[in-house]
Amino acid sequence: MTNQEYIVDVRHVKKSFKDVHAVKGVDLMIKTGEFLALLGPNGAGKTTLVEMIEGIQHPDEGEIFISGKQWKNHQHELHQMIGLSLQETRFMDKLTAYETMRLFASFYKLGINRVDEVFKLIGLEEKKKSYVNNLSGGQRQRLALGVALLNKPKILLLDEPTTGLDPNARREIWNILLDLKKEQKTSLILTSHYMEEAEYLCDRIVIMDEGKILAEGSLQEILTLGGGHHSLDELFISLTGRHLYE
Amino acid sequence: MNKITNHQLYRLTVAHFAEIIREPAVIFWGVVFPILMAWGLGIAFTQKGVVTSKLAIVKVISVTDSVHETKLASYLAANAVKKDSSYTIELKNAKLGNVNLVFIETSWTNAYTMLKKGKVSMIIEDKTSETKYHFDPANSEAKTSYQLVANLFTYGSSFYTFNQSNIEPLTLTGTRYVDFLIPGLLAMGVMMACAWGISYTIIDRRSKKLLRRMVATPMKKSNFLFALITARLTMNVMEALLLFVFAWLYFGIKVQGSWPALIVIFLAGNIAFSGISILISSHTANPEVGNGIINALVTPMMVVSGVFFSYHNFPDWTLPIIRNLPLTMIADSFRSIFNEGAGFADVWREALALTTIGTVSFIIGLKLFKWY
Repeated sequence: MTNQEYIVDVRHVKKSFKDVHAVKGVDLMIKTGEFLALLGPNGAGKTTLVEMIEGIQHPDEGEIFISGKQWKNHQHELHQMIGLSLQETRFMDKLTAYETMRLFASFYKLGINRVDEVFKLIGLEEKKKSYVNNLSGGQRQRLALGVALLNKPKILLLDEPTTGLDPNARREIWNILLDLKKEQKTSLILTSHYMEEAEYLCDRIVIMDEGKILAEGSLQEILTLGGGHHSLDELFISLTGRHLYE
Repeated sequence: MNKITNHQLYRLTVAHFAEIIREPAVIFWGVVFPILMAWGLGIAFTQKGVVTSKLAIVKVISVTDSVHETKLASYLAANAVKKDSSYTIELKNAKLGNVNLVFIETSWTNAYTMLKKGKVSMIIEDKTSETKYHFDPANSEAKTSYQLVANLFTYGSSFYTFNQSNIEPLTLTGTRYVDFLIPGLLAMGVMMACAWGISYTIIDRRSKKLLRRMVATPMKKSNFLFALITARLTMNVMEALLLFVFAWLYFGIKVQGSWPALIVIFLAGNIAFSGISILISSHTANPEVGNGIINALVTPMMVVSGVFFSYHNFPDWTLPIIRNLPLTMIADSFRSIFNEGAGFADVWREALALTTIGTVSFIIGLKLFKWY
C-alpha cells in the first residue's frame, strides 16, 4: 500500500557495506512538488540514501516506492521520472554544451525543441557552441542541471549542486530551482553543505548523521524542536556535536 | 521525433567520434606517429647505396717491441684514406652495396665511451704482434663488421668484390624489411587503438562519474559500448588506410593476396581487441591502475609478437604460445596476405579464433562491468 500524495516513500531502509552501517533504518516521505534538503556531515549516510532512491543501490532491508513503484520491476519507467545532477560529474570535454544536451536528450527520445527549451531555462543559450571544457564552473553546473531537467523529472536529485561556485553562480542556480518550484510539478531532494541553500530553497529540512535522521520539519519547526536555536548551524552542532562541513 | 539523428546509438557514436577527432594528440599518436615510425624504420632498414661501419682502434705498443709500428696501423697507413685520426677503407660491390669501414684511432677510455654510446660497434686492439677484436657476439652489426675487417686483413679488399656473379639480389615484392614491417605496424595499430581508445576511455569516464550519470537515464547500456566500439573501428579504418596509402606511395607496398581476406582479418582483429579492451576495463575507476593494466596487455605482445622483428629468434618452446597471441595472429595473417598472396582459405582459422576471443572477452567483460 502506498500513499499517492507522496512521490517518494522510504520505509525502514537499512544499508551496510561490509562492517559499515551506512543507513540504519530510515523512514522518509516526500510530497509531489516538495523541496527537501538532506543535510549531514560526510559519512552521515545521505549519499547512500539518495543512491537507493535513485536505484543504483539496493536496500538490505526495507522498501522504497517511487510514485508507488519499486525499482526492481520498473527500472525503465522510473528512470524516465528522475533527474540527477552530481557534484563531480564531468561531461565529455570535447563536446559542445549543445551536443552534450542532445546526447542526453536522445536517452529520453527527446528532440531539439526540448533541448532549446532547456537552454533557455538555464540561461546558457550563448554558450551552446562552447566545448564543455571551456565553460566556467558555474556554467558547467548549470549545464548539469539542464541535463537533469531535460526529461521534466518528477523527482530531481541534486548532490551539492553549488559546491565550489561563487555567490553569483550559486544565485543563478537557485533562481532556476525557484522557477521550478513555482510550477509545483517536481519534487527536489537536495544534499548540501550550505545551510542557507537549504533555508532559501527547501520546504522541509532533514538532518542526518551516522545513518539516522536526527531531525526533520520546516525550518521553523526544527529550530523550535531543537530548543529554540537561532540558526541551522547552531541546531546542527547541538544535535551532532560537529559542524556540517566536517 | 523518430529521426535517426535523435536515436541514442547514433548520438553516442557521434559523441565518441567527435571526442576522438577533436583531440589533436589522438590524431598525432593514431595517424601521424605510425606513419613517421613506418617511414623511419623503413628508411633505416632499407638497403642504402653505401653502408658506413665505424670501429675504434686502440694501439697497444710495448716498450720491448723492437719495431714501434703495430700490425693494423701499418696496413691502414698503406691502404686507407686518412683524415685526422680516422682511416677509411671503401669496400665496393655493385650487388652487395658498398661499405665504408671507418677506423677511429683513440684511447681505451674513449673507445669504451664510443662503444657505450653506439658510435662504434667494435674495439680493435692493435698490437705489434697480433690484433684482437672486442665486440658483443649477439650484436649482428658488430659480428658483420668483425667478419669484414678480419677478411680485409687476411685477403685484402678484393675479397668483397670476388665472385659477384654468384650473388642474385632478390627483387621480389614482399621480401624487403619494410614489407615485413608495414603489416606488423597495421596489426599493432589495431591493438593500440583499441586498448587505449576503448579501455582508457571507459576507465576515464568511469573515474569522472560520467558512466554513473549515464546509467541514471534510460540509456541502453549496450548502446554505449557498441557506440564506443563503432567510433573506434571507424577511426581504426581511417588510420590503417592512411598508413597503407603512405606505404604504397612511398615504399611501393602491395597487397599480393586477397583484399576481402585482409578486410576480414582487420575486422576480426578489431573484434578481438575491442572485446579484450572491454574486459580489462570492466572494473577499475582509477586511470593510473588502468594505465598499468593496458601496458601489461600491450607491451608483452609488442615485444614478442613480431611487429618489428621476427619472433622466431625466441626459444622453440615459446613459439606455440607466441603464435596464438591475438597480435601475432593478426600480424602473421596480414603478412601472409600482403607478401605471400594468401586468401581467405589461408586465414579463416585466425579470423575465427580472433572473433571468438573478442566475443568471449566482450561477454565476460559485460558481466563484470561496473558503471560506477
